Amino acid sequence: MSEVKKIATRESYGNALVELGKAHENVVVLDADLAAATKTGVFKKEFPERHIDCGIAESNMMGVAAGLAADGMVPFASTFAMFAAGRAFEQVRNSIGYPHLNVKIGATHAGISVGEDGATHQCNEDIALMRTIPGMTILNPSDDIEARAAVKAAYEMDGPVYMRFGRLAVPVINDTADYKFEIGKGVHLREGTDVTLIATGLCVSAALDAADLLEEEGISAKVVNIHTIKPLDEELIISSAAKTGKVVTIEEHSVIGGLGSAVCEVLSENYSVPVKRIGIYDTFGESGPASALLEKYGLDGKGIEKEVKKFMNK
Amino acid sequence: METGGDAFLLSASLPILKGKIMTELELKRIANQVRKSILTGVYSAKSGHPGGSLSAAELFTYLYFEEMNIDPKNPKDPDRDRFVLSKGHTAPGLYATLANRGYFPVEDMKTLRKIGSHLQGHPCIAHTPGIDMSSGSLGQGISAAVGMAIAAKLQKKNYRVYTLLGDGEIQEGQVWEASMLAGHRKLDNLVVIVDNNNLQIDGTVEEVCSPYPIDAKFEAFQFHVINVQDGNDFVQLKAAFAEAHEVKGQPTAIIMKTVKGKGISFMENQASWHGSAPNDEQYETAMKELEEMEAALCQK
Repeated sequence: MSEVKKIATRESYGNALVELGKAHENVVVLDADLAAATKTGVFKKEFPERHIDCGIAESNMMGVAAGLAADGMVPFASTFAMFAAGRAFEQVRNSIGYPHLNVKIGATHAGISVGEDGATHQCNEDIALMRTIPGMTILNPSDDIEARAAVKAAYEMDGPVYMRFGRLAVPVINDTADYKFEIGKGVHLREGTDVTLIATGLCVSAALDAADLLEEEGISAKVVNIHTIKPLDEELIISSAAKTGKVVTIEEHSVIGGLGSAVCEVLSENYSVPVKRIGIYDTFGESGPASALLEKYGLDGKGIEKEVKKFMNK
Repeated sequence: METGGDAFLLSASLPILKGKIMTELELKRIANQVRKSILTGVYSAKSGHPGGSLSAAELFTYLYFEEMNIDPKNPKDPDRDRFVLSKGHTAPGLYATLANRGYFPVEDMKTLRKIGSHLQGHPCIAHTPGIDMSSGSLGQGISAAVGMAIAAKLQKKNYRVYTLLGDGEIQEGQVWEASMLAGHRKLDNLVVIVDNNNLQIDGTVEEVCSPYPIDAKFEAFQFHVINVQDGNDFVQLKAAFAEAHEVKGQPTAIIMKTVKGKGISFMENQASWHGSAPNDEQYETAMKELEEMEAALCQK
């Protein structure tokens, strides 16, 4: 197999913002001293007057974004997922969510693939936190193509959006002619009859790897990419469960409150089938190279394959 | 009596009043109406925050009847001045002012905090005409006000942004994050007002966790600071806001000393009236005091 192209979705975020900035005067980008890391530096270079560095003060940044949105701008508030969803949770809830303001939150460095910085910066709880805010749209793109499409779609809709991006360069998997991004619509990537692998973010690529490995073992896995955690594509999840009878969720996030929980909520209320949640099992991350961490925490193709096999043999 | 009829007349007549003394008298009458509406609201709701609403009654009145470029018939005018009530728990004061200014009927004050009412316990942009930002979680409103001031600069609009904070509220760290950015970006279209009534829930601000000196703190954050010795006095408020208009290249902070519970004798300077409603007897006494004040103001 030839070498696949790899791009970190944070890069996609920055690049997509430049495109949006060219097309729309009302796009403003906010940072909290992390423009170099959130990759919004390219926007800052192109549109310095529309880039607002709030300094290391994420709570204030979210409030400033709310004020900008209330007065007709479309702010993209950018920082690490840990600070966007964690530190500034209450500002996001009360100053953005409750008034349902048109603020787009660009949360980079999500999950353990932050790597060497370790547990303090590896946010595995952001999806859980954001899901509980009424009216919040949550996008977790799987690659460069999807991430850029997500940023554009976030701009085009009215209302608060939380976008989750990664630090690690990940394979481009959506470079197909018929690829289409629609908020709230999952993407069916691979047919299968024995089990459905429902994955999100960088785990989508790993789920496809796992499906290949499972095929060699005689297990036919259907793969679904859920890039929109909220609103969730319930129809696709239910129909997939109905077809395969077993479901595995895969996410670089705590198994508590994230995609796995969301899928279980839908299935237990509508179409009950056995579900295995793969993710971070109620623990903090640690320092190390991103790929080694993904392997250690069972989020690479092999790790997923192993867990799916165990689940199928139960 | 608690209809807004008189206040509507007063507000309608305000723009043609040029004489300073007359204006002051008219403003005093309106502030008295605002106080009556505050009382009606918290009495009807059997909860709410009268103390800090009353301490800022003159400020609310001055902003909405004199200072701000607003039109109750066009509450979403993109060029209007903005107001963010960062100390959102004093919503009764803001609602009472908006009602008397004509944004919605004064009668609505009786629905405060009730199920289905547009008058929520804390201000909400989606519910109430004239509310520019949802607020109530302390420390957050000033950040939104900074965002609005930046939006005006980016859009090259001339509107000004006002925000009112409590003196207890400035214990929140976010206030200083916002102030640092406001000073850094030289937001001379932003006026931060601190209602220095010296009381918070657990006691005086000094006893709980002293924010003093307030003026020196804002100065250190690159604000032009105006100390108002009596924020319940319209003449002093007028002078302060006139000075704020002259400030260029930096935001303004108006630190105004006020009396918590101002205008109701038994509520004045009592922390206990921060967040409790009057009973029947207390309501009658309070309304009687305000009606006496109204009569006195009408004789002038």
